[in-house]
Formats: sequence, C-alpha cells, structure tokens
Amino acid sequence: MARPLINVPATAKRGEVVAIRTLISHPMESGFRHTSTGERIARDIVTGFVATYNGEEIFRATLFPAIAANPFITFHTVATESGTIEFRWTGDNGYSANEQAKITVV
Amino acid sequence: MREGVISRRAARLLLAACIALGALPPSSQAEIPAAERRSSYELMSAETKAMQDEDSANPGMLWVLDGEALWNRRAGEADRSCADCHDAAPQSMRGVAARYPAFDEKRGTAVDLQGRINLCRTEQQKAPPLAFERQELLALTTYVGRQSRGLPIDASDPRLDPAVETGREIFTRRQGQLNLACAQCHDDNWGQKLAGIVMPQAHPTGYPLYRLEWQTLGSLQRRLRNCLIGMRAEPYGYGSAEYVAIEAFLMRRAHGMPIETPAVRP
Amino acid sequence: MTTQEGLSRRDMLKAGATLTLGSVGLAIARPSQAMPATMKEAIAEVTGLAEIKRGRVKLDIPPLVENGNTVPCTVSVESPMTAEDHVKAIHVFSEKNPQPNVISVHLGPRAGRAVVSTRIRLADTQTVMAIAEMSDGSFWSDRLDVLITLGACLEDS
Repeated sequence: MARPLINVPATAKRGEVVAIRTLISHPMESGFRHTSTGERIARDIVTGFVATYNGEEIFRATLFPAIAANPFITFHTVATESGTIEFRWTGDNGYSANEQAKITVV
Repeated sequence: MREGVISRRAARLLLAACIALGALPPSSQAEIPAAERRSSYELMSAETKAMQDEDSANPGMLWVLDGEALWNRRAGEADRSCADCHDAAPQSMRGVAARYPAFDEKRGTAVDLQGRINLCRTEQQKAPPLAFERQELLALTTYVGRQSRGLPIDASDPRLDPAVETGREIFTRRQGQLNLACAQCHDDNWGQKLAGIVMPQAHPTGYPLYRLEWQTLGSLQRRLRNCLIGMRAEPYGYGSAEYVAIEAFLMRRAHGMPIETPAVRP
Repeated sequence: MTTQEGLSRRDMLKAGATLTLGSVGLAIARPSQAMPATMKEAIAEVTGLAEIKRGRVKLDIPPLVENGNTVPCTVSVESPMTAEDHVKAIHVFSEKNPQPNVISVHLGPRAGRAVVSTRIRLADTQTVMAIAEMSDGSFWSDRLDVLITLGACLEDS
C-alpha cells in the first residue's frame, strides 16, 4: 500500500536540531488476538526501524507488539550537512519498506 | 487485549443504561438547534485533536497518499485513470465531498461518494467495482474527501428530500433488541454520559476517518453498522440504499458544518 | 472478521455476546505495586545488574486515555547529548500487556536531543516505565500510572 509519510524539514541551519516524524502503514497484528472461532491470529508486526543520514546510522528502534497499528515514530537529529536521510522498516514475514528525504543545510 | 472481568461489569452498566433509555417515552425533542451543533472533535482530548490536526501525525493521511496514487493510475478496459477525466483532484474535487450524497439524474436516486466512485469505475473505466471497507475504495474516497476539508457541508439539494426523509425515518425509529432509536442517544441525550463516555451528536463531518479503536480507517457505513449492532439490530449490507439514506439525512442535519476528512476519533 | 455482510440471527446473538464481554465503562483500578516477574526479567535483560535510578527521564502519557489501542507516548531524557555524555538507549516497558517490552531505541550524540515519541497499546489501566541508558553506563528511569477508559460503543471483533 501507500508509501510511508515522512516529515523532515527541507532546509535547516548547520548544527540545528531538527525533528523527524515517520508514519507507516502496517496493521501490527500483535499475535495475542483470536478469531471469533478461537484460533490465534499469527503475529505480523514491524520489528525494526533504522534511519541513516548520508549513510551513517543516526537512530534505530526495535518494535514490539505493543506498538500501535500504523507505527508513528518521531526523533531528532543534528543537521550536519546537506544530503539524504533514509528510513528503513523491517518486520515479520519478510516485511521491508524504504523511504528517503532530502535536507539542505545552510 | 481487553480484560474480560472489568468489561463484563462495565457491559452490564451499558446494557442497564441502554435499557433505561429504551424505556423512556418516544423521542419528543426536536432536532439539535443549529447554534448547538458540535462536531465530536470538540469532545476529544488535546492529544487526539493534535493527531487529527497535524498532517504528519494523522494516520488517515496514509490513505490520502494512497488515494492520490490511485487517482493517477489507469484501470479497466478503458485504460483510463480518474485524472484522465477529472484532471488534478485538488481543483476538480474541491467541495465535491461536501455535496455528497448527491442526486443522480440517471438513476433518479441519491448516490454516496463511494457509490459514485464505483459508478465511475464500472461505467467510465469499465473496471469491476471496488470492495467496501477495502484499501482502494477507502483510499480514493478519503483522497476525494480531503479536497473538501474545511469547506461547509452543502446538503440543500431538494431532490435529496426523499432520501433525507427515509434516513430521518430510520434514525428516529426504535429498532433492535434494545428497542432504541438513533435519535434517543444523538438528538435527545447528546452531551450526557453513557457508561463513562459522552454521547456525541453523531455528525458525519469526518468520514472516512481513522478510529483509534479500529486501528484503521473506515467509512461512515462501518460506523453505522457498529451502532446498529450495539442496538442489537440487524445491520444493513454495505452499499445498501438505507445507509445512503441515513447519510443523506445526517448530512442535511449537519448542513453548514465543515468537513474534517480524514478525521481521527477514539 | 468485522466486515461481513448479511449476518444471520445466530451471528447477531454472538455479536451481542462479544459486545457484552468486550465493551464499556470506566475501569478504575489502582495499579499494583509489585512488578510482575516477566517485566523484571525484561528490564534485567537491558540493565543487567546495574542500579536503576529515578530521575533525568520524563515519560509523558496522557493520564486518562480514550482508547488503549493508540496511546501517545513521549520519553525525554535530560542530557547534553555530546560525544562524552549522551543517551545511548531508551526502553519502554509495560506492566500488564501480554509482553512487557514496548519499544527500545538506540541513539547517540547525533540526535542532538534525547526526545522520542511513538503510539503504544495498553491492555489495561497500569504502570508504564521508561529506562534510559547513558554513555557512562548508568541507568535512569521514570514511571507513570495510566488510566484506560473503555468506550461504550466498541465494535464487535
């Protein structure tokens, strides 16, 4: 389905701390629910999230079933240089998604 | 993940409250005066309001993004996209959702936005209709709805009167095992508490919307189905004329209120 | 499971029963003081034998939550976030969820600020705990009692 929703400021001053917001479409099926006939619904969640800034890791998260559907994660980074911030999500059943955003540092 | 013990006790509370409501004399009060109409947005916590207000935090925007992609994707035997006929949605669809359900000349009846999208699919694109409550139809409906965000609902078309009256009749009729009418909660007792939560006025301003309980986005028809099941009444099938009529009535009742699509609700 | 058309009467009664079991009301219970063993184990896995001090960490969750399925959660840690002195990791734990781990994040001086937000699920009224691991190897924490209200009009599921 849809691409992730990323919010990174397009421009920032060198050394400025910028907020980054990420939202991705995923049901985060916890593995603790049952169908109406009593069968357990298999776990299907996003388990990992990594952000890199011009190739260098700046943030990493491990997600558990207690993260709400359509995971929303916000964090901060220091605007060091112009370039690309890349985001990668991985999860159960081979799930993988990528997105990137450009930032211009002045 | 809900705990049964607490819920069972609480459920008895709701049942008792509903039975008490059901025992009241039939709805005597008139509809909500225009000056007292309030979107359920106003009942929400600051955190949930912020979730709706900030696009980068609103999960409904994922469906808007998806809908934008679908708008431009060719489909069907005609190999045409929505954009091929309607161009850019921000211009061509501005205000459209605020006028739906709309009167369809050809069929002589009211058609809701989801119905209109599927008529476009089958008649213009020569493609099979999209399934209710599935990603594609929700995404396209949300994308079109988004183009009316902030614009006032216009449900003034008199040709909609028959649908509005059918909707009003369903809304005020007692039904289900609890012998309740929609109006008993949403016209007569809004603002009162039912088992700890404030009863809303039930305006359709934000649909399709992201409901925290659903953990996903859903249509007004899904919400109406919820209500009917809660009243222990038989829900109508998705796409039925009854749901379109209820929506036509609710839109007339909310005439002038701003569209919030995609809204967020608890 | 919830979007089928044409329900039979039997389905309807079943739906009613589900609703009766799975709905409604304001649940108020004091979170218990004793930490469950599973939560202790999950915490020990990240802190080892180190002492966990109270302070420097601020856990923000609205005190009264409208729906436990999607609860805003922010953790802020007081730290200069320099190469010499920064937050290495933040972990969030829940007392009454089926699994105690909620999220673990790893950051460093490039974060600039040690403030992280997400949305979590809370199965019930309970205590939530956030623990920060500092670059000097110390652990700091905050905990919060969260009250979950259950709406009156939940969908059958």
